[in-house]
Amino acid sequence: MSADLIASILGIAIFAGTSLTYATIGEAITERSGILNLGVEGMMIMGAVTGFAAAFHSGSLTIGVLVAMAVGALMALLHAFVTITLRADQIVSGLALTLAGTGLASFIGERLGPNNGPLVGLQGPRFREVAIPGLSSLPVVGEALFTKDLVVYSMYLFIPLVSFYIYRTSPGQQLRAMGESPATVEAMGIPVLRYRYIYTMVGGALAGLGGAHLSLAYTPGWSENLTGGRGWIAVALVIFASWRPARALIGALLFGGVNAIQFRLQASGTTISPNLLNMAPYIMTIVVLVLVSSASSLRSRLGAPAALGIPYAREERT
Amino acid sequence: MIRFRLERRLDPPRYLNWVVPVVSVLLALVASGLLLLAFGANPIDTYVAMWNGAFGDIFGGEFYSVSETLVRATPLILTGLAVAVAFKMKFWNIGAEGQLVMGGIAASGVALFLPDAAPGIPQNLVVYGLLMGGAAILAGALWALIPALLKAYLNVSEIIVTLMLNYIAILWYSQLFTTSWKDPAGFGFPGSALFPEYTWLPRFFNTRVNLAIFIGLLAAVFVWVLLSKTRAGYEIRLLGDNPEAARFAGVSMFRNIILVMLVSGGLAGLAGMGEVAGISHKLQQGLSANNGFTAIIVAWVAKLQPWAIVLVSILLAAVFVGGDQIQMTMGLPASVAQVVQGVMLFFVLGGDIFSRYRIRVVRQHAEVTA
Repeated sequence: MSADLIASILGIAIFAGTSLTYATIGEAITERSGILNLGVEGMMIMGAVTGFAAAFHSGSLTIGVLVAMAVGALMALLHAFVTITLRADQIVSGLALTLAGTGLASFIGERLGPNNGPLVGLQGPRFREVAIPGLSSLPVVGEALFTKDLVVYSMYLFIPLVSFYIYRTSPGQQLRAMGESPATVEAMGIPVLRYRYIYTMVGGALAGLGGAHLSLAYTPGWSENLTGGRGWIAVALVIFASWRPARALIGALLFGGVNAIQFRLQASGTTISPNLLNMAPYIMTIVVLVLVSSASSLRSRLGAPAALGIPYAREERT
Repeated sequence: MIRFRLERRLDPPRYLNWVVPVVSVLLALVASGLLLLAFGANPIDTYVAMWNGAFGDIFGGEFYSVSETLVRATPLILTGLAVAVAFKMKFWNIGAEGQLVMGGIAASGVALFLPDAAPGIPQNLVVYGLLMGGAAILAGALWALIPALLKAYLNVSEIIVTLMLNYIAILWYSQLFTTSWKDPAGFGFPGSALFPEYTWLPRFFNTRVNLAIFIGLLAAVFVWVLLSKTRAGYEIRLLGDNPEAARFAGVSMFRNIILVMLVSGGLAGLAGMGEVAGISHKLQQGLSANNGFTAIIVAWVAKLQPWAIVLVSILLAAVFVGGDQIQMTMGLPASVAQVVQGVMLFFVLGGDIFSRYRIRVVRQHAEVTA
């Protein structure tokens, strides 16, 4: 493969993988705290539609992104309330969030346009590529990595920061601990339930941000099924990444790369039908999960927070 | 200061099993109404229009609308039962949609190609109905077997695998009716040729209500017997409620995962057969209509009880048919239906705390002195 081709695939992989990376890291943080939120797909698609609508009406990308993150966080708050305070099943509540989010997204996609009309087909503001002087002229990877939009650059900064937080700070250590043994953390005087609320909302905000990157940069505009299961792939990537932010990026690049290859094949006029080509990321998700579970079944089990998905009730401590 | 304290009910009264979900559903309608109001739609007008769309003038002897609601309920009954069987042992089959599609593909394959391939087979409804049903059950069950085996052998998350298999099944089915199975005489429109007429499930009273709804009711009996009257059902319930105890009792998780998913996939597959042989009479757009996902709401709102699943399916079908109606008459998006259903699931889920816990009001200082 020529250097050009690799650079081009890497460039698209990063671009396509950004939304996945944010959503995956967000879910990893939520799961680290002990809460499983399967509503990522619903929060992402709601982030995409509300982010686009807000940017369209305000003309401001910043407002679009902030609204998307706020909506993601609010949806996550609902999940937190239902699972933490009302102690409902986390799996079903997450599914409910995805089902309700998908429905609500297509509903408001028909209502939030001008004059209560649809948003579909409208052109709004979008993130433009900004070349970073110097870095973007690096050989091979320069253009691929450094002629991107601001959301991508934020991701470059965000990954080391969140890794530092999780592994090198005291609140980060508490975050890891409350997913393993909430009772121990509670005994240290740390209000586990309050932090679980917060980290669930952080995960939601990041899923919303991922959705906003889709509707404001990757495929600008709103259409139904815009996320196309990316939220679910993010849930799978959390397992692939063993709950580690840096590995989430690797996984997201892998899937972004598949997208890139799909693009290249379609552009080169392949005879493979788009339907079959579109199966690739879903088949790959299954294959990746199978490989992770079989090659390192012990390690991946160690990677999962021990108290993940188990409701914690102070007075029922055992 | 006054605080609330939750006390687990050790022996929840039986009436809570239906009072709590019914109240939750009613509150969900109120909450959805507020949501509609927020988006500039009058909730009362909307609900009235939805009721008229779903049930029409049922008391005046007009049965067309309600017949369409029953048609819409049919696949929900079968997929709801499919999902409930798996959920009963906390095996999260999110793949009923894909299993339904695979069942639809298999039944279509039989109806489209078997008459030419094996002209010796008697061409009548009984024989072909059984063949299509068998093929659909097999296809759905085999599609469900993939996540079952992966879970049983490698402990791969069934949630992700069943979900991914939905996307794959839907893409494959789109591929079939737009390319290799497309009707050459169809003027380029996507969709297979019409099935031979003897494969059509009989319809009743000049409506689209067909034999499939009775298959659904029979399936409800089957699931009820399986879960509450057999040893396998006892093991499934035990594995769901208390996997530790089940292990001590020597109940095989492995065997039951396979069994449950074969039953679950088979039921969802049958739903697909009902759709192609009872309604569309060909393989075309619309087979994948979110039934497999709505099934999750059906099953949970019905508390996984087979009889309740039949009723809740009709309720959610009414919401769907009503949603189509308000799209036509009020210009509101049909996705209102999905929103209302999603909110219902949340309320039933959250409301469950009232059946599991007793809520006590306590004074803060009392706790301190105690």
